[in-house]
Amino acid sequence: MQEKCVTLTIDGQTVTVPEGTSVLDAARKINIQIPTLCYLKGVNAIGACRMCLVDVGARSLMASCVLPAAQGMTVKTNTPEVREARRINLQLILSNHERTCLTCVRSRNCELQALAKDLGVEEIVYEGYSVHRDIDDSSPSIIRDPNKCVLCRRCIAACQNIQQVSVIGATNRGFDTIVESPFSMPLGDAPCINCGQCIQACPVGALREKDDTDKVWEALADPELTVVVQTAPSIRVALGEEFGMPIGTRVTGKMVAALRRLGFDRVFDTDFAADLTILEEGTELIERMKSGGKLPIITSCSPGWVKFCEHFYPDFLENLSTCKSPQQMMGAVIKHYWAHKNGVDPKKVCVVSVMPCTAKKFECGRDELAAGGVADVDIAITTRELAAMIKEAGIGFTALADEPFDDVLGDSTGAGVIFGATGGVTEAALRTVYEILTGKTLENVEFTAVRGLSGVKEATVRIGDEDVSVAVAHGTGNARKVLDAIRRGEKSYHMVEIMACPGGCVTGGGQPIVPASVRETLDPRALRARAIYDEDESMARRKSHENPSVKKLYEEFLGQPGGHRSHELLHTHYQKRPQYIKDAE
Amino acid sequence: MGKKLDPKLFEALEQVIVRYKDHKGPLMPVMQAAQDLFGYLPIEVQDYIARGLDIPLVKVYGVATFYSQFKLEPNGENTISVCLGTACYVRGAQKVLDRLKEELGIEEGKTTPDGLFTLSGTRCLGCCGLAPVIMINDDVYGRLKPDDIPGILDKYRRARSA
Ligand code: SF4
Ligand code: SF4
Ligand code: SF4
Ligand code: FES
Repeated sequence: MQEKCVTLTIDGQTVTVPEGTSVLDAARKINIQIPTLCYLKGVNAIGACRMCLVDVGARSLMASCVLPAAQGMTVKTNTPEVREARRINLQLILSNHERTCLTCVRSRNCELQALAKDLGVEEIVYEGYSVHRDIDDSSPSIIRDPNKCVLCRRCIAACQNIQQVSVIGATNRGFDTIVESPFSMPLGDAPCINCGQCIQACPVGALREKDDTDKVWEALADPELTVVVQTAPSIRVALGEEFGMPIGTRVTGKMVAALRRLGFDRVFDTDFAADLTILEEGTELIERMKSGGKLPIITSCSPGWVKFCEHFYPDFLENLSTCKSPQQMMGAVIKHYWAHKNGVDPKKVCVVSVMPCTAKKFECGRDELAAGGVADVDIAITTRELAAMIKEAGIGFTALADEPFDDVLGDSTGAGVIFGATGGVTEAALRTVYEILTGKTLENVEFTAVRGLSGVKEATVRIGDEDVSVAVAHGTGNARKVLDAIRRGEKSYHMVEIMACPGGCVTGGGQPIVPASVRETLDPRALRARAIYDEDESMARRKSHENPSVKKLYEEFLGQPGGHRSHELLHTHYQKRPQYIKDAE
Repeated sequence: MGKKLDPKLFEALEQVIVRYKDHKGPLMPVMQAAQDLFGYLPIEVQDYIARGLDIPLVKVYGVATFYSQFKLEPNGENTISVCLGTACYVRGAQKVLDRLKEELGIEEGKTTPDGLFTLSGTRCLGCCGLAPVIMINDDVYGRLKPDDIPGILDKYRRARSA
């Protein structure tokens, strides 16, 4: 099909773009960077902040982010009038902004700060109406500071349109407008799933994760404690960005080296537990298929998704795999296997996990995730928090020589690492389930149908004489589509993979924040996923059941996948949670 | 809040939702009807509307807080209306309002925690000759000075404890 195109002139240059392209995007195409604030590609285009004004010869200046390019249009992006109008808008936004850059989490990665610099704001001209509002730190994962909010509504678009959780919105009007939950409820009391996609969308320091680095420093300084760290698959393909490396750079070896420099006693790989998850969950799937158990089995690695299910789709709780997430399995294995093997008292072991995820902070505090009464994981920090620690410790990250993970629980396969990208868990499971069910060697391990960024992916794989059908959804908005279709009886699958975050863990709520201007041309979901698959390809073993240390764990300790010990340590249960009103149906 | 809401009213609300569900822009009429039924829009009612119309609660709440016609709290036993019409304004209605806020410890549009008074500003009550004027329920008080306020309020407080 031929796309209809339009040709227009921007600052004297002619450009042809498909019909429907915004003037903002058309300008980017010829390397003209119009400033933006409320616009975020693929998330929010509402023309609210008016930073992106341009002159198209109309009576007033127009917001280019929501203005479709038209045939024959003449656009001026850099006239004195345009510059002045943008500057006044920016000045107004700055007038009631709590300007504390020096101590702000987003300093140096703040779109407002960058705008002030780029637009040459040299003094604050207006002193606006401002009241200090309370910071909401009721959530275990997300902190909201309304004093830094510029009301761009990008977080609202992420929460309502992309994630379709809709626990935050704009309320009141005029100067009193604020982004909050219904009835000014603290976020911790609302059915927020802690996914952190609102943080990812926020241009400024109004949203951040709850900072747990002090707890980690404290543990590291405690001579009584053995402090063990685990890193999720996605950290290694994103951490480098915090040190100026291009998006999608693999820094596995440097990351391990940096963790050792920070003083962790052991550096383990959550990928090990991902392999373990595949054995447990693969076994669970096969059992359910054989015994007529509840299908589809739905993955349970993503704590944002699990909480979403508990609040909004409790009728699917029985479908959830009973497997704990890899973070929690790893903690349980460290405390109940590794500690005993190494003669350490599990109560004196502190497990820190570095996660791409803000929901992991909530997950590790869930009461039921404490095998034998000790919390599986003690502290969960995000990629951003780890980067901050490395900087604070003065470790020259980019110059570090690569180091390997520590033995045994540092072992992993390519199947473990692909957990980081949407479709990865499914692909890893298929690699193992295929070989278990058929007893044959799987030659081509790459199931490309479940890779990539379409919101919902489906595939049917012939395994022995069974057609195994799978679906993959990333982002809870997409999860709704799959679950609604199953509810209506339109679809049925053997297995469904759901990750709360669009793109999967690589773009989780705890990952480095990529500014809107960069997201305009680069997609971190694709670039980091590419790195994940490269890492998979580089591994000697690419099937979870071939992980020698996992095999050893079963031989020495667990017995069989799905066996008694596994159930004690590696499996869990879920609970229906209310939304806003306890007894509303 | 905390008081049990009448299930019959929810049944009536259900009828309204069914009637408007497939209309264009059902939210405002349903909210208006709900307010007429319950007198205000507590979270239970807004949540019921949200579920009934299949829209997020935060959107309902956003509308409820955007338009001043919607009330989030029930009216107190006594509603105090302070005339903010021009004549009253010129003759010191603002000072009267400020004194009321101070005595009651609430802002305009709010209800005291004991549920005794709701304070609201209103347009001209039509008795400009008596300016500044307030009305409590159906009683009119005119030619007020801020210092008259405590005595007037006490009358209603005594009426309750009696
Ligand atoms: S949000 Fe940005 S501009 Fe505001 S204080 Fe933080 S760094 Fe500075
Ligand atoms: S963490 Fe997720 S669910 Fe919670 S407010 Fe942010 S986007 Fe919405
Ligand atoms: S919290 Fe951040 S993303 Fe949300 S409206 Fe405020 S500035 Fe925008
Ligand atoms: S109006 Fe275009 S970026 Fe905000």
